[in-house]
Amino acid sequence: MRTSTPAALRQLGAGLRALLVLTLVVGVAYPLLLTAVAQVVLPDHADGSLVASRDGLVGSELLGQSFTRPVTEDGEPVTDAVGVPVTEPDPAYFQNRPSAAGGGYDPLSSSASNYGPENPDLVALVEERRALVAALDGVDPEQVPPDALLASGSGLDPHISPAYAHLQAARVARERGLAPEQVRRLVDDLTQGRSLGFLGEPRVNVLLLNLALDEQAGTPDEADSE
Amino acid sequence: MSDATAALLQVVTLLVALALAYRPLGDYMARVYVDEHHTRIERGLYRVMGVDPDADQRWAVYARSLLAFSFVSVLGLYTLQRLQPRLPLSLGFPGVAPDQAFNTAASFVTNTNWQSYSGESTMGHLTQMSGLAVQNFVSAAVGIAVAVALVRGFRRARTDRVGNFWVDLVRGTLRILLPIAVLATLVLVALGAVQNLSAGIEVTTLTGQSQTITGGPVASQEVIKELGTNGGGFYNVNAAHPFENPTPVSNLVEVFLLLLIPVALTRTFGVLVGDTRQGYAVLAAMGVIWAVLLVGVTALEASHPGTAFGLAGASMEGKETRFGEAASSLFAVSTTGTSAGAVNSFHSSFTAVSGGLLLLNMGLGEVAPGGVGSGLYGMLVLAILAVFVAGLMVGRTPEYLRKKIRAREMKLVALYILTMPVVVLAGTGVSMALPGPRESILNPGPHGLSEVLYAFMSAGNNNGSAFAGLSVDSAWYNTVLGLTMLFVRFVPIVLVLALAGSLAGQQHVPATAGTLPTHRPLFVGMLTGVVVVVAGLTFFPVLALGPLAEGLS
Amino acid sequence: MTPLHLLASSLPDALRKLDPRTMVRHPVMFVVETGAVLSTVLAVTVPSTFAWSVVAWLWLTVVFANLAEAVAEGRGKAQAATLRRAKTETVARRLREDGSEEQVGAPDLLVGDHVVVEAGQIIPGDGDVVEGIASVDESAITGESAPVIRESGGDRSSVTGGTRVLSDRIVVRITAKPGEGFIDRMIALVEGASRQKTPNEIALDILLASLTVIFLAATVTLQPFAIYSGAEQSLIVLVALLVCLIPTTIGALLSAIGIAGMDRLVQHNVLAMSGRAVEAAGDVDTLLLDKTGTITLGNRQASEFHPVDGVDPRAVASAAQLSSLADETPEGRSIVVLAKRDHGLRERRPGELTHAHFVEFTAQTRMSGVDLDGGRRIRKGAAAAVMKWVRENGGHPTEEVGAIVDAISTAGGTPLVVAEHLDGGPARALGVIGLKDIVKEGMRERFDEMRRMGIRTVMITGDNPLTARAIAEEAGVDDFLAEATPEDKMALIKREQEGGRLVAMTGDGTNDAPALAQADVGVAMNSGTSAAKEAGNMVDLDSNPTKLIEIVGIGKQLLITRGSLTTFSIANDVAKYFAIIPAMFSGVFVGLDTLNVMRLATPQSAILSAVVFNALVIVALIPLALRGVRYRPSSAAAMLRRNLTVYGLGGVVAPFVGIKLLDLLVSRIPGIG
Repeated sequence: MRTSTPAALRQLGAGLRALLVLTLVVGVAYPLLLTAVAQVVLPDHADGSLVASRDGLVGSELLGQSFTRPVTEDGEPVTDAVGVPVTEPDPAYFQNRPSAAGGGYDPLSSSASNYGPENPDLVALVEERRALVAALDGVDPEQVPPDALLASGSGLDPHISPAYAHLQAARVARERGLAPEQVRRLVDDLTQGRSLGFLGEPRVNVLLLNLALDEQAGTPDEADSE
Repeated sequence: MSDATAALLQVVTLLVALALAYRPLGDYMARVYVDEHHTRIERGLYRVMGVDPDADQRWAVYARSLLAFSFVSVLGLYTLQRLQPRLPLSLGFPGVAPDQAFNTAASFVTNTNWQSYSGESTMGHLTQMSGLAVQNFVSAAVGIAVAVALVRGFRRARTDRVGNFWVDLVRGTLRILLPIAVLATLVLVALGAVQNLSAGIEVTTLTGQSQTITGGPVASQEVIKELGTNGGGFYNVNAAHPFENPTPVSNLVEVFLLLLIPVALTRTFGVLVGDTRQGYAVLAAMGVIWAVLLVGVTALEASHPGTAFGLAGASMEGKETRFGEAASSLFAVSTTGTSAGAVNSFHSSFTAVSGGLLLLNMGLGEVAPGGVGSGLYGMLVLAILAVFVAGLMVGRTPEYLRKKIRAREMKLVALYILTMPVVVLAGTGVSMALPGPRESILNPGPHGLSEVLYAFMSAGNNNGSAFAGLSVDSAWYNTVLGLTMLFVRFVPIVLVLALAGSLAGQQHVPATAGTLPTHRPLFVGMLTGVVVVVAGLTFFPVLALGPLAEGLS
Repeated sequence: MTPLHLLASSLPDALRKLDPRTMVRHPVMFVVETGAVLSTVLAVTVPSTFAWSVVAWLWLTVVFANLAEAVAEGRGKAQAATLRRAKTETVARRLREDGSEEQVGAPDLLVGDHVVVEAGQIIPGDGDVVEGIASVDESAITGESAPVIRESGGDRSSVTGGTRVLSDRIVVRITAKPGEGFIDRMIALVEGASRQKTPNEIALDILLASLTVIFLAATVTLQPFAIYSGAEQSLIVLVALLVCLIPTTIGALLSAIGIAGMDRLVQHNVLAMSGRAVEAAGDVDTLLLDKTGTITLGNRQASEFHPVDGVDPRAVASAAQLSSLADETPEGRSIVVLAKRDHGLRERRPGELTHAHFVEFTAQTRMSGVDLDGGRRIRKGAAAAVMKWVRENGGHPTEEVGAIVDAISTAGGTPLVVAEHLDGGPARALGVIGLKDIVKEGMRERFDEMRRMGIRTVMITGDNPLTARAIAEEAGVDDFLAEATPEDKMALIKREQEGGRLVAMTGDGTNDAPALAQADVGVAMNSGTSAAKEAGNMVDLDSNPTKLIEIVGIGKQLLITRGSLTTFSIANDVAKYFAIIPAMFSGVFVGLDTLNVMRLATPQSAILSAVVFNALVIVALIPLALRGVRYRPSSAAAMLRRNLTVYGLGGVVAPFVGIKLLDLLVSRIPGIG
């Protein structure tokens, strides 16, 4: 370094070199080495806790997904104003919470609604969802639990509350031609308590629940055809 | 187990973990910054950087080095985002738009990690890990460096030297942040967090739709995001995303990581000034504020006042089922108190007064317990302010840690405490006065004001969390918030370094019975009072029109 | 003057101070004045009872602040007027080099001129007596009517211009330029003309300015938020809010507190050359106190008679008394007093004893005594001298005397041996008189107090270490410097300062001057030399070395008053928010009326009440600002607890009560309630 270099330039030079070497250490070596270690030691976790059925990968245990079916009218799929197919909850499946991620449970655009507590749109949505859930499950609107009415933070919440799962059990059993008790037992089996007994909330993983149902009684289509 | 018991046990577990780590980590960090020896690797790095690690710098030189490094960092990060499509691992994403790239560069270099972008649809893996995550490390190390320089000002006497920035930067990164990050990454992966370089896997869901399971070096970035109180999530929804924060246990680990260094730094401070009780006092003030806000927010979320929540029966909007209200409240208070800005639930959808408390928590200047380094120096500056008023009340020229607080020190302190509120209020005021920026508001009424206020409060305190209803990816918000973040990060840093220089130049005055004791509960109370009153008085009017008007309606 | 008179007479000054060029020196109040001007314009354009009421009280706020300063200055002005009277035009008798005199006006004197002053004349300027001795009436500056002696050489040579020679004739060498003399400085000081902001005051000013900027930002930006919320505010209301928030209470009283602090010193007859010195006094860590005159009474006194074996104590007392009858030194007098007190020996007049011949003390013999009729000779004096005398007169000094002498010395006393010689017999030692330093009453308590305040006291004495230690222990000082030379003293000060301590000391002699200059607080005795007075940064007109302790208290009180009123001022804001914010916005957000905890009648009455309270509290606190917050020496922690409770907690609570009461009144005004 020439002594005639202005102090400011010297500092900038040192700064640039510092940034580069530190990038190599913590921006390249650190993530890559840890990726390698994770892939070797815990490949399942590191790749997203993927879940497979007999037909192949169906999702991630950690990510919620939509259990909907296209709405058809006279055998034709209905589309909305911009041409996107309209869907409705598939009654044979346990339903997730409302999602604000893209069109619902889209991992490429995770999102919350960000509605404030006094937002009239949210108030309207709560009322609307309550009516829909009550209608779908044939229950008193008063019985619909909060997580069925309010969207999650990520829009990818894989869980619902045990209350919401139980609320849906009868309908799912009916749709699948199973004994309600059997479905309820499955819900109970898949209900996770608070972690370590006191962390978080009791919950049911909807994908695992639906998958268990499918594997227990074949696909709903098969159930229907029986 | 009742909700309240579970919530309490969660906090107790966290506190026990922090208590266990407090001394070892605090003492270790103190040793790191006074160690005379350089490791072989460090020597190599200094040689490449072309700096003399044994040269003690005057405060102005220290500040110039820091600013030069940060300037280069902004430039580098900006360039990396703009050139993204021409670099590997871009996942096919285009270059980030200039205003957003500037905003993001400013945001990550200032340890704010405000995100006007959505990670999964904007940033490729290389930008994430070699751009954003690098700043997660180094901006945190810069914060600690400044705090340590200030502590040296108290520790040293009759010198104009406050340390060597490059050494502090490298040591903070390599000796403190990196080892903890490595360990914690493995823990998070064990708990289910993702760590790969996948570009995404297409799967067919049970009902026959397709879903893309995203991938990336998430866990390694998640860890440093919390540890360095950065907060910029790999994904748009940050730590609410199950890949970032898969279980309630990982959630507690992340909260622990958020608080770890800011809390332990008070021990480092105590050790370095030769009186660990001083560290406890500062920690106590931080802890009291954190605890009061935590109780407030948790109680409000549990009782869920507000029209929509009243109808629904809980305040679960924007919250994950696995976390529920208690773990979300804990995360929210800890993240707004540490300038982290990571979120596991969406603050905009908290009950109105809770939202106000989170705003206030940032408005306190991020000192409960504050960002990595910045929390400590922020609290020390406020302690000087408290000492000044208290010192006068006991009839002496105020002294803190055996240094006199004279007009010169007060000038720097006064400018420090003035910077943030003025910038936050001016930014919010102008944005509310202009029609364009107002259109970005999502929620009508007082909540809309809270959204804009939150944006500036967050940027103005280098927090990074958001009332995310506001669409901030506009030229106005990207530019103004970017400038805000740079201003409130570096102006106070320069002031703090000047303060360090001014204090270091003084001799130590002896502590006598006439000296105000700054380690007793009375002073802790006074310090807490000063923190709350200064921020409370500054922000009460706007909080009244935002969250209070909303919550009391 | 009654307080009301004082207020009334200061009003014109207060109004004069409204000049913006004056106001700008007080940033907080300048903002208030600007707000008042702005509001006046608005009230003229859109008049209403409310607007004009607010405008009136905003102006009153500024006037009250100026009043506080004017009252504080007014008290000094009265003193200055008295001083000016002393400074009448004097004609000086200047000595030419040839010794002849010439008459010149006092203002024409130059430094170094010699002037003659005789009985009845006024000394024309500050200087040192170079010839003669005179009694001088210094009541013009000290207020003390008893004349003082001024003489050439030594430590009582300085005279002050404006004082009057009562007897004799002296020649004075002028040491100060006309107009820069002591009285001139005093006048400037008490008038506050030369007042400069002290370091802590500057620091506090900076803090207040930054709080003002923050609140300015909070108020200015409130308007766009209010507009968004559909509750646009009138500018008058915003100005009212701003004025209520910025720290007007302390801002208004700050300079009055400073002036009053200096004034309190003047009332204690201490002149500080700068406010900085007064503040430094509050910070003092180490107090150097001369033993003699400060810790102990000026002189040693006889405390006990120690007879040698076989001698009646009464005989010792009697001999001691006889030998001291003609000894007019305080020591001698105290022996006579002790003999009477302990042994009932009547004081005999020297004349009663026929043919008695008194032997004066000389530095050579170091003895004094008496030769009585019948060949009885009595001597008393330093042990070595008296024992020598005994030996010379055929006696044998007993071992015992040596033991007694040592014991007294060790205990800090001064032994005087008494011996007698009867004609024909050998001389013999009768016993020893123990002379002791008498520690002034209450000193131990004061030093304990100092210790609790964290101040270390060091006794300076010329005594040997043994004696010094004994007195130090008795008086309860923390440390002592024995056999102290001026160099030792200087070295001690420097050593303390090296350790970061602030040192205060008193001194009067020329050889004290370097130490006085080096000390952070150097209090020169007015009776001392002008060199000492120049070197110190304070002069005690009473020449009372104990005054240092009071000076420390005054310094502390000054800072405490500032700190406490700052706390009070900021704590007040809480209540004002609860008054004003709901008043501004509960129209739009009904829920915000929950914050109206005082249940104030209407928005207008709430805002006006807050403004009125804000103004009245300034007036209410003027006496406190002038008097200073009560200060009792105690530990820092105890003081903080007390002041934080009174001014912090009190500051939060008081305005809630005050504003509510005012609201009850204000709401009766038509157009507001």
